[in-house]
Amino acid sequence: MRLFAELGAWTLNALQRLGRAHLLLLSMLRGFADMLRRPRLLLDQLLSVGVLTVLIISVAGLFVGMVLGLQGYYILSRFGGETALGLMVAASLVRELGPVLTALLFAGRAGSALTAEIGLMKATEQLSGLEMMAVNPQYRVLAPRFLAGLISVPLLAAIFSVLGVAGGWLVGGGMLGVDQAAFWNGMQEGIDFEDDVINGVIKSVVFGLVCTWIAIFQGYDCVPTSEGVSRATTRTVVHSSLAVLGLDFVLTALMFGE
Amino acid sequence: MTTNSSPSNETLVKIRGLRFLRGERAIFDGLDLDIPRGRITAIMGPSGTGKTTLLKLIGGQLRPDAGSIEVDGKQVHELSTAALYELRMRMGMLFQSGALLTDMSVFDNVAFPLREHTRLDESMIRKLVLLKLEAVGLRGAHGLMPAELSGGMARRVALARAIALDPMMIMYDEPFTGQDPISMGVLVELIRSLNDAARISSVVVSHDVAETLRIADQVYVISGGKVIESGTPQQLRDSGGEWTRQFIQGLPDGPVPFHYPAPAMADDLLGGGA
Repeated sequence: MRLFAELGAWTLNALQRLGRAHLLLLSMLRGFADMLRRPRLLLDQLLSVGVLTVLIISVAGLFVGMVLGLQGYYILSRFGGETALGLMVAASLVRELGPVLTALLFAGRAGSALTAEIGLMKATEQLSGLEMMAVNPQYRVLAPRFLAGLISVPLLAAIFSVLGVAGGWLVGGGMLGVDQAAFWNGMQEGIDFEDDVINGVIKSVVFGLVCTWIAIFQGYDCVPTSEGVSRATTRTVVHSSLAVLGLDFVLTALMFGE
Repeated sequence: MTTNSSPSNETLVKIRGLRFLRGERAIFDGLDLDIPRGRITAIMGPSGTGKTTLLKLIGGQLRPDAGSIEVDGKQVHELSTAALYELRMRMGMLFQSGALLTDMSVFDNVAFPLREHTRLDESMIRKLVLLKLEAVGLRGAHGLMPAELSGGMARRVALARAIALDPMMIMYDEPFTGQDPISMGVLVELIRSLNDAARISSVVVSHDVAETLRIADQVYVISGGKVIESGTPQQLRDSGGEWTRQFIQGLPDGPVPFHYPAPAMADDLLGGGA
């Protein structure tokens, strides 16, 4: 009996949180209009959420591409198909690894920072202070961060994929002697703009929305203590990672399924 | 002594039958309270009695479960969001932590409400900010960041920000907590002088007895969700009420017991339980 009661309480609590998260999302979307008046707020956040994440994305993209080049070469060369290395590296990156790994890295670097920042603003009464100054913190503080995340993730995923292809080419063409013309031609002929590139962009937009939304909600809804902020930061990374992987399966099934 | 009733035009904040619950626990249960215009009203009581909660209810940040809160003739919890924000522009609040925006300098913090709510040009904003900072003695600190300020300085900057829009009232949440004697003296003096010079109505929530009684015109003592006594500082000092005497004199035992409720000592010692 006690188990049912606890399960019921947990479900009600989860539904309440979900409801609050959706109300917050609507409020942030309404706050976008406010940013037209003050684009500076968005630019500041693009710097801290997006630009400061470029380095980790670039390094990760390069290494992932290099590993793909190496693994792809060993497998493809068994069948004499190493000329398809360019296609394999690019398709893996554009369709899957670019959007997914970018979102996971974004959640770890920018998402956790967003949660901690907003949670600490709550704990130090800065958000309450804004409300008492007749300034809506959801418009002034949260909406610019949300839009910055939404814009940044697809751009970061593009950087990841481009540098990943460069990494694959460095290993395949530079170190393992794959024919360079075949490498690039295979990629050019095999990658479809609509099926591969656009679908990859759609994925990264969805992942960007979900990761930034989770990060902001966790910060805004956290218990305003040091322990509460720390737990919220952990939840951001865990929930974002699971959401990205789960959504990736759903989106892949919808986009590439028969 | 009972709660004073003032004519409504002299009363800035009128609270009637306020009930507010946190979970199952009633923080306020039938609270009645009047805050007069142009005077310093202190709300006192031990930690955990809901003093800060009361300020949040007056500012419309929390909703009561029952009862009414009227500020300047408006029922706070019946206002639209736009009307509530308009009312808040005429209310300043000094938070216990200062609540300064940590990514902005002292100057930008004080300029913040002016930039948000007025169309003044930057040269006018600069003059106003420097005047407000001068009023709290920190004009020379306008270039510092909040992390470079002491606790007392941060509260003075927060006070300058709270008066930036020349509000009709300021609510002070535990302004003296954790301050050294000099900072405390400065804050006491500032609250009194701002109230008198700018004719701002002040509500001071505090459990620092000596400092609060020094500046208050009217004091409410709350406990158990109700006002248990009110009057001038002198009336409270002379009070025969057992609870008020314990609070004012800081006695360790009395109606608020020294011991947290527990089973009998012998039962606990001989019971052998963990």
